[in-house]
Amino acid sequence: MTRRTGRLRPAGVLLLVVILAAVPFLLASYPVSLGGRILAFALVVVSTDLLTGVTGMPTLAQVGYFGVGAYSAGLVGIHWTDNLIVQLAVGTLAAGLLALVTGVVAVRTAGIVFLMVTLAIGELIHQVADRLDFLGASNGLVGIPAGTLYPGGEPLILAGYTYWWALLVFLLGLTVAYVVAKSPLGLSMRAVRESPTRLRAVGQSTYVVRLVAFIIAGAIAGAAGTAWTAQTRFVSPGDLAFSVSALALLSVVLGGAGTLWGPAIGAAVVFLTRDWLAANYFTGHADLLLGIVFVLAVFLLPRGIAGYQLSRRSDPPHSGAAA
Amino acid sequence: MNPVTATDPSVPAPAASAPLLLEVEGLTVRYGALTAVDSVGMRLAVGRRHALIGPNGAGKSSLFAALAGAQRTAGGQIVLDGQEITGHDEAQRAKAGLVRTYQHSNLFSGLSVLDNVRVGVERTEGQPLRPWPRRRADRRIVEAAIESIERVGLADRLNAPVSALSHGERRQVEVALVLACHPKVVLFDEPTAGMSAAETHHFAALIESLPDTMAAIIIEHDLDVVFRLAHSISVLAAGKVIASGTPAQVRDDPAVQEAYLGSGRGDEPLFEEVSR
Repeated sequence: MTRRTGRLRPAGVLLLVVILAAVPFLLASYPVSLGGRILAFALVVVSTDLLTGVTGMPTLAQVGYFGVGAYSAGLVGIHWTDNLIVQLAVGTLAAGLLALVTGVVAVRTAGIVFLMVTLAIGELIHQVADRLDFLGASNGLVGIPAGTLYPGGEPLILAGYTYWWALLVFLLGLTVAYVVAKSPLGLSMRAVRESPTRLRAVGQSTYVVRLVAFIIAGAIAGAAGTAWTAQTRFVSPGDLAFSVSALALLSVVLGGAGTLWGPAIGAAVVFLTRDWLAANYFTGHADLLLGIVFVLAVFLLPRGIAGYQLSRRSDPPHSGAAA
Repeated sequence: MNPVTATDPSVPAPAASAPLLLEVEGLTVRYGALTAVDSVGMRLAVGRRHALIGPNGAGKSSLFAALAGAQRTAGGQIVLDGQEITGHDEAQRAKAGLVRTYQHSNLFSGLSVLDNVRVGVERTEGQPLRPWPRRRADRRIVEAAIESIERVGLADRLNAPVSALSHGERRQVEVALVLACHPKVVLFDEPTAGMSAAETHHFAALIESLPDTMAAIIIEHDLDVVFRLAHSISVLAAGKVIASGTPAQVRDDPAVQEAYLGSGRGDEPLFEEVSR
């Protein structure tokens, strides 16, 4: 399978950003806030793809680092400042730092073992959130004040404003992911995915490449977490449950691993299926509906949404390419 | 410290002045009770190509893996260009200048030819961990990679994914990637295995054209290639070097005939590889 980081066309990207930015003018308050949460989740999925698709390290820990970002932002909001930029910085740093500490051990493993270690990391963070009283334990973290953009500024309460903030964070995170994927580090990451043994034979430590990728992905997930908190002003341990990690990984597959933008769309499809389609038309059948979406995706879009788009474009899929 | 092998492992002295690039002494690899490589030594001077031959199971690949650092050794010492590298891991050895190719092409198969070689250039001349692009630096890397690819004659396949290349072309990419690593000593593990006659000929010419500032060790089954390329040959049997010398000396060595033909059943052609 030939995976590639999609090529950006300036005009198309601009159009997409304009449409995304116009959402608060076009839709009612609830769909807009749903859209904001989708953007936060999509950024977690992009960070998951940076590891899973680009570096070849399928992971279940990203939702954990998302939680670290979300709780950090909440704590900063309650105890220190309602400034969203500070919250973004603290949440991103905290998640990146924890990714460093946990990654030192985790990236020594690969494949299924790595997947299990990241599952353990995610569950550990979930359990900590569920137990610690100063995080609200199982009740979740409540009483987070509305964020502001600058000292003395108007608090962002309306769904439209928090949506725009989430969009900004999403675009920022997505840009970082794209820049990394295009950099020499990105090349090293793809080399790790294709053949770690060969990369070592070339003289490059695969451990360092994996660790740096892990930290960057963790930090991006943390940034996504702060965007989540800015909108919901409430973080629950349920937001970082295993089921969410699984959905993030499945969104990557659904969207087309390694393309970054594909998984972001995959995340939107998953979220809309669960929180809009299932909630409005098939009440109580969200899991069933998601199952159907995934089965259909496997049959109809074996290379994900991005793969469908790519194969329709000029370049023919290199069928039978690699194993 | 290590008992040197019964047979003198040193290859016939090249020009006496040529400095040694690689000195191996007492290299031993054990798998449990089995000694796959038994106290092997060799010396390699600048610009020399040394061939390792021997029947299947003689320990050639184990020896290579041990040299490259992919296989734990039970003893021995490896000195590369005056630098002791016995304790180095695989990546550190490659960094020091001891680079291997694989018996079965091991490349970044989903990436393009250019990207494959870029990985090597980036490691030696660039910054493989820089998480943002830099136009000028990145272009320099691309140019160096293209130069390396042109050298092996694949300039017209720059953007083809390696998975779409023929077997022979993949071998060429391997060489381009190895060259990009600025090696002092290259380990070629059966480079012409599975190639057509034309590809083999082309590939041998490519190896002959390598700069004579480096040296190479080649495991090869095709003895035409061995006698064409090698300045010296070591014969490995049951983990030991049983003969070492110029191609002519090795060809006439009775111990070699014994190893290849078993207990001298006689009329099989010399050096015919038993295909099992």
